Amino acid sequence: MSAELRNYDQELFWFQRRLSLAAVLVVIGFLILLGRFVYLQVIQHKHFATLAEANRIDTQPEAPNRGIITDRNGVVLASNYSAYTLEMNPQKIADLDAAIDEVSKIVEISARDRRRFKRLYDEFRTNDSLPLKSRLTDEEVARVAANRYRLPGVEIKARLFRQYPFGELASHVVGYIGRISQGEKERIEQQGLTASYKGSDYIGKRGIELSYEKELHGSAGSTEVEVDANRRVVRVLSRKPSVVGNNLQLSLDIRLQKIAEDAFGSKRGALIAIEPGSGDVLAFVSKPGYDPNLFVDGIDTESWDALRDSPDKPMLNRPLQGGYPPGSIYKPFMALMAQELGVRTASQTINDPGFFRLGAGHWRDDKDGGHGIVDMVKSIAISCDTYYYQLASELDIDDWAGFMKQFGFGQKTGIDIDGELPGILPNREWKAKRFPKDPKLHVGDQVSLGIGQGFNTFTPMQMAYATAVLANRGVAFKPHLVKRVQDARTGESRLTQPSPAYTIPLKQAHVDVVLKGMEGVVTGGTGRTAFLNAKYTSGGKTGTAQVFGLRGGEYKASQIAERLRDHAWYIALAPMDRPTIALVAFVENGGFGAEAAAPIARKVLDAYFDPALLDAAIRKSVSPAEALASASLQREVKRAR
Amino acid sequence: MIQHLWSKLTDHLDPFLFAVVTAIAALGLLVLYSAANETMGRVISQSQKVVVAVVIMIVIANLSPQFIARFAVPLYVIGIALLVGVALGGEVVKGARRWLKIPGIGNIQPSEIMKIALPLILAWYFERHEGSMNWRNFVVAAILVVIPFGLVVRQPDLGTALLIGASGFYVLFLAGLDWRIIVSGAILSAIAFAAAWEFNWLHDYQKERILTVINPQLDTQDAGWHTIQAAIAIGSGGLFGKGWLNGTQTHLEFLPEKHTDFIFAVYGEEFGLVGGIVLVLLYLLFIGRCFVIAANASTLFGRLMAGTMALLFFTYAFVNIGMVTGILPVVGVPLPFMSFGGTALMTLFIAVGIMMSVQSHRKLVNS
Repeated sequence: MSAELRNYDQELFWFQRRLSLAAVLVVIGFLILLGRFVYLQVIQHKHFATLAEANRIDTQPEAPNRGIITDRNGVVLASNYSAYTLEMNPQKIADLDAAIDEVSKIVEISARDRRRFKRLYDEFRTNDSLPLKSRLTDEEVARVAANRYRLPGVEIKARLFRQYPFGELASHVVGYIGRISQGEKERIEQQGLTASYKGSDYIGKRGIELSYEKELHGSAGSTEVEVDANRRVVRVLSRKPSVVGNNLQLSLDIRLQKIAEDAFGSKRGALIAIEPGSGDVLAFVSKPGYDPNLFVDGIDTESWDALRDSPDKPMLNRPLQGGYPPGSIYKPFMALMAQELGVRTASQTINDPGFFRLGAGHWRDDKDGGHGIVDMVKSIAISCDTYYYQLASELDIDDWAGFMKQFGFGQKTGIDIDGELPGILPNREWKAKRFPKDPKLHVGDQVSLGIGQGFNTFTPMQMAYATAVLANRGVAFKPHLVKRVQDARTGESRLTQPSPAYTIPLKQAHVDVVLKGMEGVVTGGTGRTAFLNAKYTSGGKTGTAQVFGLRGGEYKASQIAERLRDHAWYIALAPMDRPTIALVAFVENGGFGAEAAAPIARKVLDAYFDPALLDAAIRKSVSPAEALASASLQREVKRAR
Repeated sequence: MIQHLWSKLTDHLDPFLFAVVTAIAALGLLVLYSAANETMGRVISQSQKVVVAVVIMIVIANLSPQFIARFAVPLYVIGIALLVGVALGGEVVKGARRWLKIPGIGNIQPSEIMKIALPLILAWYFERHEGSMNWRNFVVAAILVVIPFGLVVRQPDLGTALLIGASGFYVLFLAGLDWRIIVSGAILSAIAFAAAWEFNWLHDYQKERILTVINPQLDTQDAGWHTIQAAIAIGSGGLFGKGWLNGTQTHLEFLPEKHTDFIFAVYGEEFGLVGGIVLVLLYLLFIGRCFVIAANASTLFGRLMAGTMALLFFTYAFVNIGMVTGILPVVGVPLPFMSFGGTALMTLFIAVGIMMSVQSHRKLVNS
């Protein structure tokens, strides 16, 4: 065998060996691939199947329509409209100011819009888009859409907005909604309501909108859609409709509310009118108010600061959070108590010299020389201080407080909006706790308390409630602003307070005496001037409360002359034979009750008994400009749909 | 006459090889229809290319290996010339200079020619020295490999360069390259790679692609996106797949390059593990047949060509499926006989043609 041939064989042998080796490598290679298939398609199949579904399916939440709020006659106080908003996603925009400038070349962006957006941005810092401008016209929508390619992070969205057609009117009742804050978000999670709030941007912040959030909000629906890699919707897979929120019918009569608010003019104060036989709150005034519409799509910092820092405190809900001494409007309740506790009879008289002296103490009546011979009825009608000084000095303060408590003094009435303060109904325990250095409640303290001064601190709401319970002769209904909750789908509705809360066991003869005294106020007493020629019978009581005292602290920051004037009060009930309305009118620093508060009460009662006046109240208020605005809004709503 | 023509057409056709290739190509068209969202445009275009490629394959199958070997030197020289041409004045597409515009012919990718031309010249060269091979022959062969490899790396097209390098290496390997050289070469390559990584000789996108294999989540938008979405597609296919035309990843546009390099993801999603096994078996049958042909070849040239082509088919299939399933970096390697596109298809069928030529001219030489 030649060397060459051996080489040939050698090379062939090598080749065969190498080829076999290669074949083995090929088989190993394919086995690796098969192993990978098994890993991906069998072992990890579930994981990847989930990912593929997540890729494919987008769940689009559908925010529910918020329930509508109407007054007792069905007049809409809060409703929804759908409108296009221009929104920006700060996450996708490097230079916000420049981006807003860019947008403003296409759509007019007001300074307020800018400020509001900034505030929203500072407050929320979310990944979501935030509204820059709402209620875009069709033309604006088209212009933005046409320029979208050069406006990254800018979107047009159709959103539901809350609208309060009466603006400031009844603002403290209705309240407002606003964007859900971080804290509220956490609360929603804690309450396990996350699913219901999917897609919701807004939540009740104040008033009915806050306290009835659960009823009003409804629950979110969702639409499952199949999307492509560009997140474009390919088709709808399933849809779970949202559940609309329940509608609320208030006990409030917006016409009466309007008349009451107008009667205050620029004065600060509160007025609450209650139907004694049901607890329905017919009017609930806190002046000044604010425009809730400002809050709906986010309030700008300047407007908010102005509201917050105003010395008039427009954001303060005076009926619930204002604590004041009642002054003489306390007297009818004192008179009732005197009889019930057996300290006085109606016919017992005193001779009023114009002052009351007890030990070293000396208390003056408001009338120099006194009122002469005064019985219980007269003591109420003419507001005789001496009568009550004397009475108060004879009472045991704990019995006293125990009696008054039944009328709701010094405790929350339980009205259905949040933020109510309890006030102070002094007794021994309270005094000891509050003034550890001077723990005893002295007789001298009691004398002041007897005419509604001193430590007494009640909210206007408590006064209104007590008056209503008195008017209803001890049968107490819990006061409420929401009369009826209506399921928007089924139309079924339920009353919020169907039956009396409790009954105070009063001797009706005692009540008669007090009511007679209160009628006397109107017919020949301190309220005579204010109620001259009234076409209905009514009872009342004037009150003038001194600002200075232990709890004048509320306004210490701004002790300017006007803020030092007395507070004016008036309570009323009418008609006398069977009262259907009980109210309290309170004017902060208004001066005399008879002059500042009673005329407001008169206007409200006049309207209450005259349907023509009531109807005129609202019709008159809608100016042609407002009507036009509302009509154009209606059109916008239709177009947006 | 017709019978004569028919026998001329079919005499040199290897029925087994042809049947398997046809099966794979048919499967490819089926998947392509789904990948093209149930439109016929690409399917028709691809079918036409398959027909043309098959005709070329038959022509080549009819040529004798000796005749084919004559093209080795000119094809190699032309290939190198074109690569130089690309380096000097090629079309820049996506940052790489890979295409050459030739008036009257159109855009060609010279690196593709090299995939055939390099094994061809090496096989030719080794056959010339058959029986008296020594280390000098391997040095010359190595130089023949390094020239096109270097030119393609510079384009830059690392994936193709590696494939060209691989095809050259297969010839050397089958020709009996000393193991010591292979092992030290492997070590040197590893060192070179480490150096290239360390001293930034690699382009960033190349590094990124390699890193992405190790952890696709590193880059969910670009390089990683391909790998992640392909894995989701294949994995969600499960045992039996979602069914033809039912792949959500495919039809909702989550899969990138789904007609071309990533067509296996479409296949894996719609036909599942069972489909994957069938395809791998088809490739295994095909490559196995190639091995048989190589083993039975009567000349060194035939043996080397057939063996190299067999390994090249395997490399294509392995690298493509490996990258789509996420075990290899994303490089531009099509799935043999399935991916949409004419150039690769042509190269592959030419290779099959050479394979058939080697097989059918075996007896002629022997006799």
